[in-house]
Amino acid sequence: MKKIKLPLTDDVIKELHAGESVLISGSVITGRDAAHKRLYELIEKGEPLPISIKGEVIYYVGPAPAKPGHAVGPAGPTSSYRMDKYTPALLDRGLKGMIGKGARSSEVIASMIKNGVVYFGAIGGAAALISKSIKSAEILAYEDLGTEAVYRFQIEDFPAIVVIDSYGNSALANT
Amino acid sequence: MDVRRIDAEQITSVVRKMFMDMNYYIGEDILSALKKAKENEKSQTAKDVLSQLIENHHIASEEEIPICQDTGMAVLFVEYGDHVVVENGSFNEAVQEGVRQAYVDGYLRKSVVDDPVFDRINTKDNTPAIIYTEIVSGDKIHILGGCKGFGSENMSAIKMLTPSAGPEGVRNFILDTVKYAGPNPCPPIVVGVGIGGTFEKAAMLAKKATLRPIDTSNPDKRYAELEDDLLTEINKTGFGPAGLGGVCTALGVNIETYPTHIAGMPVAVNICCHAARHKETVI
Repeated sequence: MKKIKLPLTDDVIKELHAGESVLISGSVITGRDAAHKRLYELIEKGEPLPISIKGEVIYYVGPAPAKPGHAVGPAGPTSSYRMDKYTPALLDRGLKGMIGKGARSSEVIASMIKNGVVYFGAIGGAAALISKSIKSAEILAYEDLGTEAVYRFQIEDFPAIVVIDSYGNSALANT
Repeated sequence: MDVRRIDAEQITSVVRKMFMDMNYYIGEDILSALKKAKENEKSQTAKDVLSQLIENHHIASEEEIPICQDTGMAVLFVEYGDHVVVENGSFNEAVQEGVRQAYVDGYLRKSVVDDPVFDRINTKDNTPAIIYTEIVSGDKIHILGGCKGFGSENMSAIKMLTPSAGPEGVRNFILDTVKYAGPNPCPPIVVGVGIGGTFEKAAMLAKKATLRPIDTSNPDKRYAELEDDLLTEINKTGFGPAGLGGVCTALGVNIETYPTHIAGMPVAVNICCHAARHKETVI
């Protein structure tokens, strides 16, 4: 299986094609509904973001609490389409990859092609299994959001599939 | 029949255990359906996805960690015997306390916000649970509980069909809802359908249908056939596991019905992900 080291480079992104299974290692940031809303509102107001998103991969996840001795609780992907409204603004500011589940809007796909961005899918509901490939978790921003805070995860051989590649091709059925 | 006294603490401890257990241990009905689905899939990707889901269940039960990070909103259908008296507290508060303890002590995610539109502040203990209580005769309390994740909840729909739509109209609405949901609700899904009653009754029946084991059928043969037929049709859509293509888009279709008005035929479709978590208990 193809192994990918983060951060993503444009050359690596160009070689990723819809349907490919990959194992991702390196550092990702997390964020879901509430964090996206806050980041988007800052962008709208022209204010600086509390985190740098340039060159980053974002994982749409709200983990369950970690049991003692675990780096993180179960942490599978959440539905990506809920982030669609906010996504093009983040891609325009340098976000290079996303990990989530399910379909994306045509606006997001157009922005992915324009910005050379890849969208990976993790398997929804395989949260306990996925958490084994997350080695550490620290809060970067928005701690008050609890599970919706922005974390930095160190991941190792995180199992994913290229769902939509930077050319706009999709691995989802009936698309 | 004599009055039966049940201590509020006993209710709390039963509910606490139900919600912890359902989050760690998937039902045998779902697990065997996933294994069978894996055998039936032709594509390697579909087989791989199902293998991951099966392995995920083993990890969750062995380590007693949640199957899915979305440990849902707690929903309980209660049949409360009219000869039961709860002592040292109220029934509702005892149930809420059980849910609170399960989510706090059981390392389950707290996913409930207080106000749906404006504040959206997390209540930090996953309460309030949603409790539907029906008074029945007897001296027992029957509790059917589920924790409903919202990836699939958001893909659910209700339609006020009218009688002329007939079985075809019901069938088409269910299929359209599943097709619209596509890859988003974590297929393979369980489709809960409520038909009849009023607007809200249909939705409640649909929720209850998602909590019925998928290896059971509606007792009315006509609805049992409709369940089988819909399952076959849904699996022809080709969405497959994780929406990446395959022959298993749904693991089961459960239909529940109730009498309705001469002018109506409400149909609610409550979609549930493959982590169809529920428990049933009698106190």
